Amino acid sequence: MEYEAVIGLEIHVELSTESKMFCGCSARTFGEEPNTFTCPVCLGLPGSLPVINKKAVEYTAKIGLALNCEIARSTLFHRKNYFYPDMPKDYQISQYDLPICIGGYVDVETKDLTRRVGITRVHLEEDTGKLTHISRTGRIGEADYSLVDFNRAGIPLVEIVTEPDIRSPEEAKAFTQKLKSILEHLEVSDCNMEEGSLRCDANVSLRPVGSEELGVKTEVKNMNSFRAIQGALAYEIERQKAILKRGEVVEQETRHWDDAGNVTVPLRTKEYAHDYRYFPEPDLVPMELSKDWIEEIRVTLPELPDVRRKRFEEVYGLPTHDAVLLISSKAMGDFFEECAETYPDAKRVSNWMMGELSMYLNAANLEIDECAVTPRHLVQLLKLIDDGTVSGKMAKSVFEEMFETGKLPKVIVEEKGLVQITDREEIARIVEMVVEENPSVVEDYRSGKERALGFLVGQVMRLTQGRANPQLVNVLLKEKLGG
Amino acid sequence: MAITKKDVEHVAWLARLALTDEEKDMFTRQLSQILEHAGKIAELDTSKILPTSHVLPVKNVFREDETRPCLSREEALSNAPAKERGMLKIPKII
Repeated sequence: MEYEAVIGLEIHVELSTESKMFCGCSARTFGEEPNTFTCPVCLGLPGSLPVINKKAVEYTAKIGLALNCEIARSTLFHRKNYFYPDMPKDYQISQYDLPICIGGYVDVETKDLTRRVGITRVHLEEDTGKLTHISRTGRIGEADYSLVDFNRAGIPLVEIVTEPDIRSPEEAKAFTQKLKSILEHLEVSDCNMEEGSLRCDANVSLRPVGSEELGVKTEVKNMNSFRAIQGALAYEIERQKAILKRGEVVEQETRHWDDAGNVTVPLRTKEYAHDYRYFPEPDLVPMELSKDWIEEIRVTLPELPDVRRKRFEEVYGLPTHDAVLLISSKAMGDFFEECAETYPDAKRVSNWMMGELSMYLNAANLEIDECAVTPRHLVQLLKLIDDGTVSGKMAKSVFEEMFETGKLPKVIVEEKGLVQITDREEIARIVEMVVEENPSVVEDYRSGKERALGFLVGQVMRLTQGRANPQLVNVLLKEKLGG
Repeated sequence: MAITKKDVEHVAWLARLALTDEEKDMFTRQLSQILEHAGKIAELDTSKILPTSHVLPVKNVFREDETRPCLSREEALSNAPAKERGMLKIPKII
């Protein structure tokens, strides 16, 4: 039997407000000394009272508008009760049946199709503290004790829940990428997955192809990179497929993605029995988002990735494939546009960004705004190619050097004496030398073996350390041999 | 709407309360009475009334997104029975 995967995602995003959700503690606590950003409110001390951060509400509405949601006119916070030491209050202030945003969608482009993924809801809550489990074996299930840092407790956190509209690990990854790009354009979160400001959980089930009924699902947690999302979901789908093919049933449970082991493992479920006894938060009064307020927020929406993509296609004449990749992060799009402002051939900028630049970024595991190459570097390099100073091949080695050192291409070219040889006579001299030294290859070429020419070109390039203008070498060699 | 002893045990577990058998019986009886009373109120037709989550007619109490000084780490951890490396040390939970 053929099975189809049904995937829904839950994405948590920390908002980049200055202060926490319900108190004045700084929300910029990542990497800081543990427990240095707390106060009686986020520590849940008796007698303290929360007050809602207005900007966090506006950011959430902004996200909702960007995801085509309806913004609730009347909304409030609920108390979610649970015993787990990541929250000092023993509850989390969250939202329940009246979230700020409901019912939107995101269009996700993958290689084969564009999929419209429904957004069930977007709600606002507070992040929890961070637990570090200390164990001799290093396994999460075998901890001896835990350490708690409350710096993160109370940072505004938005939860975005999708409909089960996603059908493959690739789509899940593409959706998350698109969502991340939208959030970056909105400038409401730094979306740093490694630092945990964007986190992804998934509900996964399988069903026979053609069936409308949903199978038993598992919840997969701890996917902290795009690679992890794809890896974890692919693993989980295969695992469930094997169970179903044996005629057994999938157990409904929460599983943890083990990034190092490339497997999902069950978390012991007893402690996770969900009985949160939600009730309206008595310490906070309800919110009413007036039409005017929502309109005020709507006008602050920037150009979003879909519109930007179309503009890249129309204004710069880029193919859709290029434009989709260039808007996959705000920083990529910004880099491209900065180049295109000072360099006329946008397609060439795009080629270099998707070729060399992406290759080196992937290898170094860097984001485009973290690397030494700036738009100024790339444009200068392209101009050096245009004016004949360097050949395309030389430009690639210059690129490597500027990626490593951050030096401008002109400096590298000067330091290394990399200037291209375009002098006809100088090249002709070397061509002559190569032809004299390789009589048998020359003979091969003259007897019709075209490939022999490539060898001779290679020899010229070797003798000039790659600096000879390749077109000129070809022309001069053919002239010489043709005679 | 009667409550069973099993319900009491479940709620006690959620609240991490250790009840004796006598207490469970007592709460089963008392909670049932409370629910019966609530059931009487529920007989009223409230279909045209919005749920009252808060009794005061106050809405939209916000603060601006501004930071204020935090507690020192010493103050923050002063109630913790055990500490290690600037963090609260707690028994294993998974």
